Amino acid sequence: MVDITIQKELQGADGTIELDVTLSIQKGEFLAITGRSGSGKSTLLRIIAGLEDANGTIVVDDEKWLANTYKLAIQKRSIGFVFQDYALFENMTVKEHLLFIQKDEKLADELLHMMELEGLASRYPKNLSGGQKQRVAIARALMRKPKLLLLDEPLSALDPEMRIKLQQELLELHKRFKTTTIMVSHDPAEIQKLASAVYELTAGKLNKI
Amino acid sequence: MSFEPFFLSFKLAAITTLILFCIALPLAWYLSQTRSLAKPFLETLTALPIVLPPSVLGFYLLWALSPDAAIGAFFEEHFGIKLVFSFSGLVVASCFYSLPFMVQPLQNGFESLNQHMIEASYIAGKSRLKTLFYVALPNMKPALLTALIITFAHTVGEFGVVLMVGGSIPGETKVASVAIYEMVETMEYGTAHIYSAIMLALSFVVLLSVYFFNALQKRRRF
Repeated sequence: MVDITIQKELQGADGTIELDVTLSIQKGEFLAITGRSGSGKSTLLRIIAGLEDANGTIVVDDEKWLANTYKLAIQKRSIGFVFQDYALFENMTVKEHLLFIQKDEKLADELLHMMELEGLASRYPKNLSGGQKQRVAIARALMRKPKLLLLDEPLSALDPEMRIKLQQELLELHKRFKTTTIMVSHDPAEIQKLASAVYELTAGKLNKI
Repeated sequence: MSFEPFFLSFKLAAITTLILFCIALPLAWYLSQTRSLAKPFLETLTALPIVLPPSVLGFYLLWALSPDAAIGAFFEEHFGIKLVFSFSGLVVASCFYSLPFMVQPLQNGFESLNQHMIEASYIAGKSRLKTLFYVALPNMKPALLTALIITFAHTVGEFGVVLMVGGSIPGETKVASVAIYEMVETMEYGTAHIYSAIMLALSFVVLLSVYFFNALQKRRRF
């Protein structure tokens, strides 16, 4: 169970907007957030991860991550985060990425297998395609067995064919690990395929669709 | 012909580079990550040795490190170290003089890293220290090499500050650049030629190796 109530003033392209969000997510739920660019979707994910400050409270499974002046360190939040630009560690091979997060060979091998990355385990990011890079990023995010998986437009940089393939893989990963997930996406088909609930962020306010 | 001044120059440069690396690493990392208003002030202080005449820096250091001043007196009393006209004094002076040449390449290196990559490491539960050594530094080898080599080379190339703070004591503070200056003063042009040629050749090789390595790294990356 994830309970979020946060406020933050954002400097957008159309002036200042007040991000004012109340959100409750059931364990294992796959939630999608959509909305115009600049509406604060990415900021919302970054606040949940602890990468940006905000007022309010965030409680995950009875653990306080944010409560007024109290802020749990990023490192202590059980989170997986997938960035749109992959953000891979250029100095590590695919397998090293996973083992850097957690020295769990069994889980690493399972994720490599599920993401069809076994043959690429000893490759460096510069020798991977966009789709392969994003698979590594997703596997990396799951290595910590996070309570909450945050996906920030994870597939928007990929071509349509690769998108559909990775959507399928995300769906299977969600079935396997049942990780509570929040995904930011612009793609209605993607949202329909993956999410069980959809919210739209308009002018800083969250509305259920 | 004695090569002692060269030996002194390189010893000074090696020790300065080592000390500065330890000081500059946390400073550059902090400057690259902070949004605090202290940043421009710290950046200005760090960059001052580039624009100040070496004589100004030398004068202030001489003034601060002399046994009559608080810092100089403290070191002499507690550690028995004399900080003017001594090798230890040269090390302190060089650390001030070469500070920007270590901090700036490191800071640029940190700032050119994909910040999401750093954040991904934090999200994975890795501390700042672990992120610095396992994620940040390995991904900025050219900047790291530039910082180390340029600091070393710049310290070897010092003249004004070392002359003012160290004077010219053979085997203690008479580094290569000071030795050449004295040879010219005493019209020993033959030795001055040899010394200068050695400095020129060494500097060329050092700089070439940096630029060559960086060119190779760029090729590999793309």
